[in-house]
Amino acid sequence: MITLSQVQKSFGANRVLAGIDLVIPKASSMVIIGGSGTGKSVLLKCILGLVRPDAGTITLDGADVTTGDREAFLARFGMLFQGGALFDSLRVWENVAFRLTRGRTPLPKADARAIAVEKLRRVGLGPATADLYPAELSGGMQKRVGLARAIAANPEIIFFDEPTTGLDPIMAGVINALIREIVVEMGVTAMTITHDMSSVRAIADNVAMLHGGVIRWTGPVTDMDATDDPYVQQFIHGRADGPIASVR
Amino acid sequence: MTQPAAFLASLGRPVLAALATIGRVTLFAGAILGHILRPPFYVREFGQALLQIGWYSLPVVGLTAIFTGGALALQIYAGGSRFNAEAVVPSIVAIGMARELGPVLGGLMVAARVASSIAAEIGTMKVTEQIDALVTLSTNPMKYLAVPRVLAATLSMPILVAVGDAIGIMGGWLVGITRLDFNSAAYLRNTVDFLEPWDVGSGLVKGAVFGFIVAVMGCYHGMNSARGAQGVGRATKSAVVSASVLILAANYLLTELFFSA
Repeated sequence: MITLSQVQKSFGANRVLAGIDLVIPKASSMVIIGGSGTGKSVLLKCILGLVRPDAGTITLDGADVTTGDREAFLARFGMLFQGGALFDSLRVWENVAFRLTRGRTPLPKADARAIAVEKLRRVGLGPATADLYPAELSGGMQKRVGLARAIAANPEIIFFDEPTTGLDPIMAGVINALIREIVVEMGVTAMTITHDMSSVRAIADNVAMLHGGVIRWTGPVTDMDATDDPYVQQFIHGRADGPIASVR
Repeated sequence: MTQPAAFLASLGRPVLAALATIGRVTLFAGAILGHILRPPFYVREFGQALLQIGWYSLPVVGLTAIFTGGALALQIYAGGSRFNAEAVVPSIVAIGMARELGPVLGGLMVAARVASSIAAEIGTMKVTEQIDALVTLSTNPMKYLAVPRVLAATLSMPILVAVGDAIGIMGGWLVGITRLDFNSAAYLRNTVDFLEPWDVGSGLVKGAVFGFIVAVMGCYHGMNSARGAQGVGRATKSAVVSASVLILAANYLLTELFFSA
């Protein structure tokens, strides 16, 4: 379980997170929604320790994420980045097996490659893809490779940063379905940030809406449409008029 | 704010900013040195960096050296002839190449080729979140990206300088025997007789320092690149400019250290 308590972060005079309180239960899928520039990615990076919060606490299973063995902490996570963030200089299988071939107990190259090919198969890519370079792949294939890399070491927690951005609706649907399948199959705790409502409905068990640096609303995805919160209603229906527009 | 105070503030701001940058670069270089001494060490990345920085820089360093050696021979001959000292051409070309022109021009050419490429590569990795991805995959970017490049540049630059020295001296010899009527054997004998081991050794030490500077500036500006194509472009430009200026400044300080009376 991930617990955020009064997490705050500013960049200069810009207060991005103004006191985030959020609980992500174990083996559940939490989707954070909110407009562009509302701090969704910053929140995710705070949990991973890529950005240091100014105040507040973040705990993973009761332990403060800023203390303890960092490598062991990160080994529990997998992450799919918005643009894939694949390493250009490495072949696809080397990207997928990156964590497996490094660290305290690196696997032999042949074993790591076999696992990478299996994970690629899991995300719908054939073995011929393994020896290509990321630049030779389409956007959708790069997302799949990113997903394969995220699940390669069988993490307990997976973060998805805008998983469908830049994809056509069909490919977005395919990626959403893959994410949901993998989350259920592996029994992982998942946190996704997106502003794509089709992703929200496909992936989420619970939804939290981030606006104005705080969590405006959180609850099960089944309650989202029925909430009377005007921010959530405006966002999920994509209305131009409403409190979010007036704030802007 | 009064006018004198505003004037002083306008002077002070860039000075403070420059001092802060010097401090950040020093801490960055110190962190790299600290990581060099601690495992893990990425052998494959080190090998690739050696190839990119050392092997692929040979042509540009060699071409620079041969033309510089030739031009130096012509200039020394023209200057020396004013007081009947044409015979010093072989020794001055050799000393000039080994002590100064080999390491400095080699360093500047490598700065242009390597600092720019390191800054652009790492800068692009930063803006495309590849460096964040490294962290989430339990890999320290300083160890994985900076240490292999800095070590490869520091170790390969002295070799590049030595090759550049030899080619530069050969350039002077070629011009000497074809354009200035020197006897080939006498030219080479003069070169060997007047060149002392420390002339070459000091140039190699300078080369190692310049290699360190080039790679550190490339990595520093790449890792601190701003977002977007413009940010990466600015990082690349800053890496080349700062590496070049630091090479010239370090060259003066090392020359003072090695050769001042």
